[in-house]
Amino acid sequence: MAIEDDVLVVGGGLAAIAAAVGAHEQGARVRLVSHKQSTMRQASGLIDILGYTPDGDGPVVDPFDAIEELPEGHPYERVGVDAVRAGLDMFDDAAGDAYTGGHTDKNALVPTHGGAIKPTARYPQSAASGLASAGGDTLFVGFDSMIEFDAPVAADHLAATGVPYETEGVTIEFPGGLRDDAKVTRYAHLLDRNADLTVDGTDVPARTALAERVKDHVGEHERVGFPAVLGDDHPADIREELANRVGAPVFEVPMGPPSLPGLRLEDRLYEYLHEIGVRVSTGNPIVDVEPDDGRVDRVVGDHSGREVPYKAEEYILATGGLVGKGIDSDREGVYEPVFDCHVPHPADRYDWFEDGVFDDHEFARFGVPVDTGLRPLDANDEPEFENLRAAGSILGGYDFPSEKSGSGVSLATGYAAGETAGERV
Amino acid sequence: MSDSQQPDDFEPVNVFAETDGMDLRPGSDDCYKCSICDTNCPVAEVDDDFPGPKFQGPEQWRLKRKEDADIDDSIMECSNCLRCDNACPSEVPLSQMHNTARGEYVDNQMEKLSVEYIRNRILANYRTSAYFASLFPRTASFVMNFGPVRWGMEKVMGIPSERDFPEFATTTFREWWNDRGGAQVQNPDKRVAYFHGCYSNYNTPEVGKALVHVYEELGYEIMVPDQGCSGTPMFANGMLSDARRHAETNVENLAAAIEDGADIIASCTSCSLALRQEYPELFDIDGIEDISNHTYDALEYLRIYEDLEGELQGSEVDFPDLAYHAPCHSRNQGLDGQALELIETVDGVTAEDVGDSCSGISGTYGWKTEHYETSMEIGEEMFEHMEHAEGDVGMTECPTCAMQMEHGTGYEIKHPLEVLEAALVSEE
Repeated sequence: MAIEDDVLVVGGGLAAIAAAVGAHEQGARVRLVSHKQSTMRQASGLIDILGYTPDGDGPVVDPFDAIEELPEGHPYERVGVDAVRAGLDMFDDAAGDAYTGGHTDKNALVPTHGGAIKPTARYPQSAASGLASAGGDTLFVGFDSMIEFDAPVAADHLAATGVPYETEGVTIEFPGGLRDDAKVTRYAHLLDRNADLTVDGTDVPARTALAERVKDHVGEHERVGFPAVLGDDHPADIREELANRVGAPVFEVPMGPPSLPGLRLEDRLYEYLHEIGVRVSTGNPIVDVEPDDGRVDRVVGDHSGREVPYKAEEYILATGGLVGKGIDSDREGVYEPVFDCHVPHPADRYDWFEDGVFDDHEFARFGVPVDTGLRPLDANDEPEFENLRAAGSILGGYDFPSEKSGSGVSLATGYAAGETAGERV
Repeated sequence: MSDSQQPDDFEPVNVFAETDGMDLRPGSDDCYKCSICDTNCPVAEVDDDFPGPKFQGPEQWRLKRKEDADIDDSIMECSNCLRCDNACPSEVPLSQMHNTARGEYVDNQMEKLSVEYIRNRILANYRTSAYFASLFPRTASFVMNFGPVRWGMEKVMGIPSERDFPEFATTTFREWWNDRGGAQVQNPDKRVAYFHGCYSNYNTPEVGKALVHVYEELGYEIMVPDQGCSGTPMFANGMLSDARRHAETNVENLAAAIEDGADIIASCTSCSLALRQEYPELFDIDGIEDISNHTYDALEYLRIYEDLEGELQGSEVDFPDLAYHAPCHSRNQGLDGQALELIETVDGVTAEDVGDSCSGISGTYGWKTEHYETSMEIGEEMFEHMEHAEGDVGMTECPTCAMQMEHGTGYEIKHPLEVLEAALVSEE
C-alpha cells in the first residue's frame, strides 16, 4: 500500500506550505512531506516581495509596479502579479496578528542586525515599531554574550545610510550573566518564563532585570531595539512589559541564522496547516520517482533505508534552492535530486561563478525552468511530467538574495501551484 | 582560497590524518554552521553549562584532531534526545558524533570506580535489574518505591527520590507469550518478528499483547526471538561495549528471523531507532545493515503494508480522550504524525497533540539527581500542554516519555497500539 493523498507536496518551507494551503482550499486532501527542518529557521522572518530590480536598482518603492517590468522567465513573470497578491493574502490569513504591513503596497524599510535597511512587504509585529521608514530616534541594545549583534556598529551603519533620525547603540551584560555564545533559545526561554535571575545577590524576574539594565540608557530615544531573542512563545507580552518598564516602544532587530523570527513563523505556519487539516510528515526524504507515461505515478520515500511509496494525483516540488538542497551540485554538474528535473547550467564549472564575492554569480540563478503553469521543463522546453509543478527557490531565472524576492516568489508560486494542482483532482 | 587559483598547493582531502576508526570527517565537513541544531536542543535552552549540539558534534570533532585534546565534560549533559539529528538541514550525523564522543569520554576519561560510573552502568543496564526484579515483581515494585530505600538510593547513588519506579508486571510479556503457546496464526507470507524491548516485557506487557492481538487480527504470524536490550540507554551513557554485546545477540537472532521471511517490528520508538539508525552508525557486525533495513515501527509497518485507514474507518471504541506526546525518537524516524492521523479515523476517541517539545526525561537522563531539575524544566512545556488538552489520559510510544508524562501530571498513559487493539480486535 502506498501512503495515498490527492496532492503531495515535497518540501517544507514557505513555498511548500503555500502550495499545501492552495491545494487544500480547492478541496483536495493534501500531504506535505519534508525531510529535515526548513531553511525558514535561518531566514529573517521578513516577507519580502521585491526589494531591488534584477539590474540592482532600488530600493524599490512599490514592488507590484516593479513586477510588471520583470523579464520573461522570472518566476513572477510566469505566474503574474495577481498570483503575488493571492499568495500574500493567503499569508496574511495564515500569519494572522503576528504579522503586519498589508495596509500599503509600498515596501517598508526594516533595519537589520548589520545596520542595513531591508525593503520588505510584510514584517513581524515585533519589528513594527523599529521601521526605518517610520522614523524616530532609536536606541539599539546588544548583549556582550551575543557577538552576532554589535549594537553600536549597527547604530552607526544605520546612521550612515542617511536615516533622518538619531541612532545610538549600547552593549550590556544580560542580567544573570549568560555563557558566551548562549543559544537564542536560552534568552527566549528565560524571557518567556520570566524566570528569576540572580542580580547582585537577589532574585529578579528576567523581564524586570533586563528593563532595569536598559532604562538608564533610554533618555530621549523614542524606541528601543533588541536582537530578536525576545521570547519564542510569548513575544508580544515580553515586548509590552519591557516597553512599559523602559518607557519607550520596544522592537526586535531581525537576526541571521539561527533566527527566532524565522522559527516563530515556521511554528505559526505549521500550526495553520494543522488547523486547516493538511497532513504533514517530516523526517524522511523523498528520493525517487516512479513515472508512468509522462506522469508521476508514485514517489519513493526513504524510511531509514526502506523504500516507502507515496501516491497522489498531483505533485508539487518545493524542496528549496542551493541552501535548502533542492538543487544540488557536484564537480560534474548541477542537478535536481528528486525528480531529476532539467537544471540549465554552463558545462564548465568555472563559469558558474565570478571572482568577486558580491559579483553577479551565475549560480545564484540556478534552478528549474517552468512553463506558465509552473511545470518544470526539460531541455527541449517540454514539461518533465504532466502532473508535477515546482515552486519557491527551486525555480531558476531569478537571484532572490540580490532582489530580496525570496519570500514573495515562494508564496506566489507555491500558492499558484497548489491551487492549480488542487483544481485538477 | 579558491581552488581555481591554486589547485596544486591545497588538497582538502589530506588536511587531517587518515583514521582506521569511524570516519566522521565527511559529516563534519557537511556542517555549514547554521546552528539550527542548537535551536532544537532542549538542554541548551535551560542549562547554561551546555554548549549545544553544534559544539558537541562537528566542532568537538575538529578540536579533537589536535593531540592531547580531551572530550569536553559537557558531553555528559547531552540527554541523547537526538532532536539535533532530526533538525540538521545538511545531514551532519550528530547522533553518531555524540555517541562516539560520549563513548570515548566514558572509556578514557571517566573514573571507573566512581559512583557516577557505577550508577550510570546500572541505569544503562536496566534490562539486568528488570530481569531480577521480574523474578519477584511484587516485592521489587514495593522495595523500589519504599521511602527509606529511595532515600538511600538518592544519597548513595544519585537517583532522584522524587521519581517513582515503574511497577514490574507480575507476568512478563514473554511469560504470557509462552503460556498462550506462542503464535496463534501461521502465515509464511506475512511474518513479523517482534522486538519488544525491555519495557514492554517487564513493565507494560499490555503494549506487547495489544501488538500481538492487532497483528494476528490482520493475519500476521508473529515471532518473538530471544533478544537483549536495544542499546538505547547504553548509548546514552556512553557504555558502547555493553551495547555491542547486546547488539551481537540481537543481530544474530533477528537475522535468523529475517532469513525466515520476517520483517522486524518494534513498539518502542527508541528501540526501532536504535536498530535502524544507531546500529549501523556505531557497530560493524555482520548482518547489521540487514537488521537496519528490515526494522519498522509497529504502526508504520501496518500503514505501509495494510490499508490501515480502511480497516479503522467506521470502527468505534470506548476510550478516554487522549493527550498525545510524540517522542523525540519517533520524530527522528518521521513517525510523529502517524498515530494522530490514524486515531482520527476511529470513532469514540479523540487524541490531541501536546506540541513538539521534548518530554525532558530522555531515558535514563532524568533518572540522575544532577539532571532531575533540567529534566523537569524541559518537561514543563509538555506538562502545561497536557493540562490544557481535553483528555485526562496521556498517550505516547516511548516508555520513558510515558514515565515523565505520568510523573508530571499524574495521568495514566496509553500506547497507540492499545487504541488500535480496541478498534480492530473483537473481545476474546
